[in-house]
Amino acid sequence: MSLVQPVDNVALLPGYLAAGTAVLVLLVDLLVARRAVTVAVAALGAAGTAAGAALVGAAGERRTFCVGADCSWVWGGRAALVAVVIALLTLGVLAISGPLLRAGRTPAGEYCFLLACAMTGGVVLGAAGDLITLLVALETLTLPLYVLVGLRRASLAGAEAAVTFFVVSVVATSVTLLGAALLYAVTGSLHLDRLGGTLAARDDLRDLPLTTVAVALVVAGLAFKVAAVPFHAWAPATYDGAPLPVAAYLSTASKLGGVVALLAVVQRALPAGVTGPVLAVLAALTMTVGNLVALRQRRTVRLLAWSSVAQAGYVLAPLGALALAAGRTADARAGAYAAAVAYAVFFVLLELAAFAAVVALRPADGDGGTLADLRGAARRHPWVGGAFALALIGLAGLPPGLAGLFAKVTVVRSLLAGHAGWLALVVALNAVLGLAYYLRVAATLYAPSGGVAVARPARTVAIALGVATAVAVVIGFAPQLVLDVAAR
Amino acid sequence: MTFGQVLLVAVVAVPAVGAVATAAVPGDRAGRLVGTAAAALTLLATLPLVGGEHGWFGYGPRPAVQPWHQLDLTWVPGLDLRFHLGVDGISWPLVVLTALLTLLCCGYTLWRVPAGGGSGRALVALLLVVEVGILGTFLALDLVLFFLFFEVVLLPMYAIIAGWGGDDRRRAARKFALYTLFGSVLLLVGVYLVVAAAGTADLVALTGGAGLSRDTQLAAFTLLALAFAVKSPLWPLHSWLPDAHTQAPTVGSVILAGVLLKMGTYGLIRVAVGVAPEGARWASPVLGALAVAAIGIGGLVCLAQSELKRLIAYSSVGHMGFVLLGVATLTATGLQAALIGNIAHGVITGLLFFLAGAIKDRTHTGSLAELSGLRETAPRLAGLLGFAAVASLGLPGLAGFWGEAFAVVAAVRRGGPLWLTLAALAALGGALTAAYLLRLLRRVSHGRPSAAVAPLGPGLAGAELTAWAPLVVLALAVGLAPALVLSYASGPVEALLGVVP
Repeated sequence: MSLVQPVDNVALLPGYLAAGTAVLVLLVDLLVARRAVTVAVAALGAAGTAAGAALVGAAGERRTFCVGADCSWVWGGRAALVAVVIALLTLGVLAISGPLLRAGRTPAGEYCFLLACAMTGGVVLGAAGDLITLLVALETLTLPLYVLVGLRRASLAGAEAAVTFFVVSVVATSVTLLGAALLYAVTGSLHLDRLGGTLAARDDLRDLPLTTVAVALVVAGLAFKVAAVPFHAWAPATYDGAPLPVAAYLSTASKLGGVVALLAVVQRALPAGVTGPVLAVLAALTMTVGNLVALRQRRTVRLLAWSSVAQAGYVLAPLGALALAAGRTADARAGAYAAAVAYAVFFVLLELAAFAAVVALRPADGDGGTLADLRGAARRHPWVGGAFALALIGLAGLPPGLAGLFAKVTVVRSLLAGHAGWLALVVALNAVLGLAYYLRVAATLYAPSGGVAVARPARTVAIALGVATAVAVVIGFAPQLVLDVAAR
Repeated sequence: MTFGQVLLVAVVAVPAVGAVATAAVPGDRAGRLVGTAAAALTLLATLPLVGGEHGWFGYGPRPAVQPWHQLDLTWVPGLDLRFHLGVDGISWPLVVLTALLTLLCCGYTLWRVPAGGGSGRALVALLLVVEVGILGTFLALDLVLFFLFFEVVLLPMYAIIAGWGGDDRRRAARKFALYTLFGSVLLLVGVYLVVAAAGTADLVALTGGAGLSRDTQLAAFTLLALAFAVKSPLWPLHSWLPDAHTQAPTVGSVILAGVLLKMGTYGLIRVAVGVAPEGARWASPVLGALAVAAIGIGGLVCLAQSELKRLIAYSSVGHMGFVLLGVATLTATGLQAALIGNIAHGVITGLLFFLAGAIKDRTHTGSLAELSGLRETAPRLAGLLGFAAVASLGLPGLAGFWGEAFAVVAAVRRGGPLWLTLAALAALGGALTAAYLLRLLRRVSHGRPSAAVAPLGPGLAGAELTAWAPLVVLALAVGLAPALVLSYASGPVEALLGVVP
């Protein structure tokens, strides 16, 4: 075996673009030191990354950093999809950060740099072919967020949120790392496909108690990242303490990162017979607890946070179909993974729209406030309020929010194709619970009077909201676009 | 595209475009006018749908569903969803009824916008969106598309109740939304249970069981029947209905009672019985017993009601009980009774809710204790109320008679101790219907005028007469010539029953 590895730089291009964006932002902030320029460079970089990721992904699968047949970097359809979505989410979050950065309590250069770093982690994540690359990418995605959460100067809530997030996240990462180490001890490999192959071929290894412990640790650690119940307690406090755009990033890009990591290990490395039942229980618990607690929330961001906990449950639900032998046929498995990815894409889009609307309806630099602050907002700002209501209804999964409806349909369909009827019923009943609070928020928006009047929303926020809503409407009528890329 | 296909698209597209136009046109009255015009165009588009090939002239066994016109386009292959619309003798009368009632409601809104804060334009737009959902549900020949349209209705109806309803409207609207969503998520699971097992969502191919195993059919029928039982509503899943009807504005109640409930009974016949016939056979005694319980309990509750709209709402529980009893017998007579009962209930209860709304608007009360002597001060209104009540209690010669009488006949013909008992109890329930409706008339029309009724004038507005006259005529016409509905339905019903074991 040659010690010099050939490196396919084209496959790595999206990663270069993302990392280059971060460096460029840092330099521009240092040399030009103008807020608008810094933000523009970051936005251009994010757009360029998305374009590069899509271009490289369209040309077919490319692999590099290979040892024999095992590669640490696989740029295929899934990687391209994840990278494009993360880069676009970064762009969206940059757009809704305008009022926050203009308010002056948050340093623009650092903010954009950290966001670009997080984007780099997300772009690498989808391509990761071994456990270490995967975990490093995931940490690169989350590490900048610890700082971003607490970046507002003189904000006690922000500092508290940052510390909570930091402690929980570090513990989660070490738990996952321990699991990865144990897996290495058992099988002698870290590449996802080789791990999966070894565990599938050798019953004796699969039945070792150590393997079970290792699998449990990896899954539990990653469950922290997606805020699945019972590893969810950090999320509401962190979201509520963070600046609104950062909370949006946490509940979209960061959550998507966790889902992608979990999906990668479940799909390729870990034995489905072990992870299936665990994920089924996690999913059922996550959506039920998330929805039940969300019913009682009075603060806007906390409600969205709990609802996003519940949504993580819907994302995990298709994977729960692996719990039964009938759900582990090749067809059912492929359907389940595609459904999870598709749901995640539908969800992050609607969630971004919802957060953009909250930013638009709140004063610059303000926090999410209470639901009562939003009373009658849709009567004062019909377009923004209408878009917010549409996003909420989409999250609840009902027409006219067709994107959300098709997302739920995708999940239920994959569960029934995998003979997991009970989990499909749990998903269905949770949709009813979900509607109860989404409807409460939507009704509050259209309440006759009250609330806090705010100025016209900033132009960038309005554009982000408009684009997100337009995309949601388009894929609501043509969901096949998402289903096709999710299945690749 | 053939003329029939153009019509099918138009029936769904015209109200949808109309809703957007209504919301976009500047000016409240102009918006309402545009909406009413769209509703009128929709009604015009539904009428020629009746032309087309009605018989079966092909070779081989007759298919269980044989649409007069159909349109089949791919939409989302990844979810087995096709844009497949079609119309036949089971759906066409309901389609026309929906278009007619929506037009009457839009026209009524042109004249009077219910108090409560919202603009009349928005109300008309929402009525049109509800119409899209209902018409789509009746026309869909793809299971997933059926589910999709079934869901479309939910939020606009919620908004109508919450935006223009009575004092307790928010709670009633929320209850309506959550209950009916509960039903439709069960529908979703049931739909994909069938689709996953059969590999297709085409209702034409699925009708007759499509080789589904008995277990799948039982599970599917349970889920689907529960879903439709919430919508119909079947006792004991009916408790959203009285609140929603009582709180909804007049036009909301009319649509709700007139056609929205029919989505449940139509779904039961077309989807639940069609797709899982073995399950239907298996569950028919339970369904029959629940239907009779609904008739009895609805009647008893009505006897004790003291509020006008609530009484009419509970009477719907009883009437829909007769419809469901007809379906449960799984005989040609029973299904025919159910279909004509659907239409009759839509016409008569629509009229009753219009009249109750008119009385409440004039007297500002719905309490039976405060209403009496209506015929002294407003004889025309009292006369119409008497006509509607008598039609509702099933007097021969009016529309209500056929559905109720033949549901009982079908149960008797089914034979056996269970069905004979059910038939006897249902007949008794029919007597209860007469009792509470006559009590209603005695309280409201007769006696000395109460303080609320005394200042009323005898006149009726032109808009009111225009909205009510078609319903009065239809109640008479369907009563005298039931063939108006039955002649179209008999072929499809026999084809459907041909596949029920």
